[in-house]
Amino acid sequence: MLKMKTLKSMPTNFLAILISLVMFVPIYLLFVNSLKDDVQSRAMGVELPTGIHLENYLTVIEQGKLGVAFANSMLYATGATIIVVVFSTTAAFVLSRNRSPRNRFLYLFITLGIAMPINYVTLTKVMQATHLSNTVAGIMILYAATKIPFAVFLLYAFIESIPKEIDEAAIIDGCSPFTLFLNVIFPLLTPAWVTTAILSFLDFWSEFILPLYFLQSSAKWPMTLAVYNFFGMFETRWNLVSADIVLTILPVVVVYLIGQRYIISGMTSGAVKG
Amino acid sequence: MKNKMYPFYFSLGAIVLYSLFMVIPGLMGFYLSFTDWNRYSSEINFIGFQNFALIFSKQNYWHSISNTIIFTIVTIVLKTVIALLLALLLSRGLKRFFNFHRVIIYLPAIIPMIVVGIVFRSILHPTTGVLNEFLKGVGLDFLAQHWLTNPDIALYSVIFVDTWKGVGFIMVILIAGLQVIPAEYYEAAQIDGANQWDELWKITLPLLMPTLTVTTVLNLLYGLKVFDIVWVLTNGGPGYATETVYTVVFKEFSKGRYGVSTALSTLLFVIMSICGYWLIKMMHAKEVET
Repeated sequence: MLKMKTLKSMPTNFLAILISLVMFVPIYLLFVNSLKDDVQSRAMGVELPTGIHLENYLTVIEQGKLGVAFANSMLYATGATIIVVVFSTTAAFVLSRNRSPRNRFLYLFITLGIAMPINYVTLTKVMQATHLSNTVAGIMILYAATKIPFAVFLLYAFIESIPKEIDEAAIIDGCSPFTLFLNVIFPLLTPAWVTTAILSFLDFWSEFILPLYFLQSSAKWPMTLAVYNFFGMFETRWNLVSADIVLTILPVVVVYLIGQRYIISGMTSGAVKG
Repeated sequence: MKNKMYPFYFSLGAIVLYSLFMVIPGLMGFYLSFTDWNRYSSEINFIGFQNFALIFSKQNYWHSISNTIIFTIVTIVLKTVIALLLALLLSRGLKRFFNFHRVIIYLPAIIPMIVVGIVFRSILHPTTGVLNEFLKGVGLDFLAQHWLTNPDIALYSVIFVDTWKGVGFIMVILIAGLQVIPAEYYEAAQIDGANQWDELWKITLPLLMPTLTVTTVLNLLYGLKVFDIVWVLTNGGPGYATETVYTVVFKEFSKGRYGVSTALSTLLFVIMSICGYWLIKMMHAKEVET
């Protein structure tokens, strides 16, 4: 009986493995080619490297000024994630708990932003007026602003699941709204804000258009722009391009593998009932 | 009491950032679309519908709109069908290794689009690319193409790469949708003698419909504003073959023609706000049910 079942599930397993392979080929290509020498990597083929050339990584770090770009990406993604978490948890808390007509309207108004496209061209006028164009603070605030609607949506539903009696008890015990939020609500929100933070960080790390429009000086470029520019300069040297890319995706792959359960639950909440 | 416990100013940070950087630029577009705003003059003059007339008369603008629509429709169909097949395969057929495959298939979704584009530039290379090498290796030489430089197929190559990247995301949502369908329905159907085909058409698909609607709208909203992948793979070329709304917006912006650029963005803003309102209404409707 058991054997029959195993036999029956063979084609399914085989198919699943085949599909996973197709999904994985590009990542495999990047990894093996990042270790090849100039000649062997010219075609970016599937064969294994004849020698391990770890010096490719040193070359890209030196020539591509990758250290700076990496630090920039880390700074922007982390900074913007902190802004998103702070502003979205506080806003979702107040809007979810006090459902006055005004707050209901504001919640709808914010969540409309999940679908709203950014008008990059007119945004330049706002950036100039606020003196945020081509600044580190400006790009972090911009990143954060684009993610706030989704974050508020995600957190709002989660706050509903925290009983209101907790708030009342805390207030009777003499908590101010601020200490209530910081010492009671925020810790209870941990799974939800961690999800929000991971999803935001991944998106910010991949962001390409906003820095393309709003960061003119190459010293401020994040990894995505630096890699794109590097590719333009070394188009045929796939070993270097691959090494560059491996370094770019390493942080997100690590974050993903550690936090995949949070990511999947966050991505599916809101989309699926229950 | 409520205002004291839940002070309004807690929500101000989110509201101000969102309004200032998303809503206000969107609204400004409605005025600036009707002007000759550009880099070379400090004056901004009202010029009526001239920008829109230009968009609908010049080939590269018009092409970008039709390409965006084709891209959106084809990616919606491909991603939905493939993701649904994958979701069914994984959640029905696999007992062990379910999570392993889900993690791998979702992986491309977290990799920056720019990176995906660069890798596929090499994979789709006509002479040295892995895809054509593979096709020649298995004797399908006639299928090997100039994927990104032939104007007739370049858009579909971009669509293929985008589907590769995005299908895992849709699959994960659909798997979650399948998991909330009560198992009793299937048990009852089996007692009544239903086969797997009946189960698919009469139980799975109807009950998955709300989830499929959400994924369709998500795909729609993504497709209409596609930029990164086109930018890296083809830069809108060859000719105007893969130009999309956002690539033209950026190109016009770079040339300093802000008025036309804004008009095109505003057109998209209107279309997407309507789609967005629809999406939000659906999501809120579901909240009430639960």
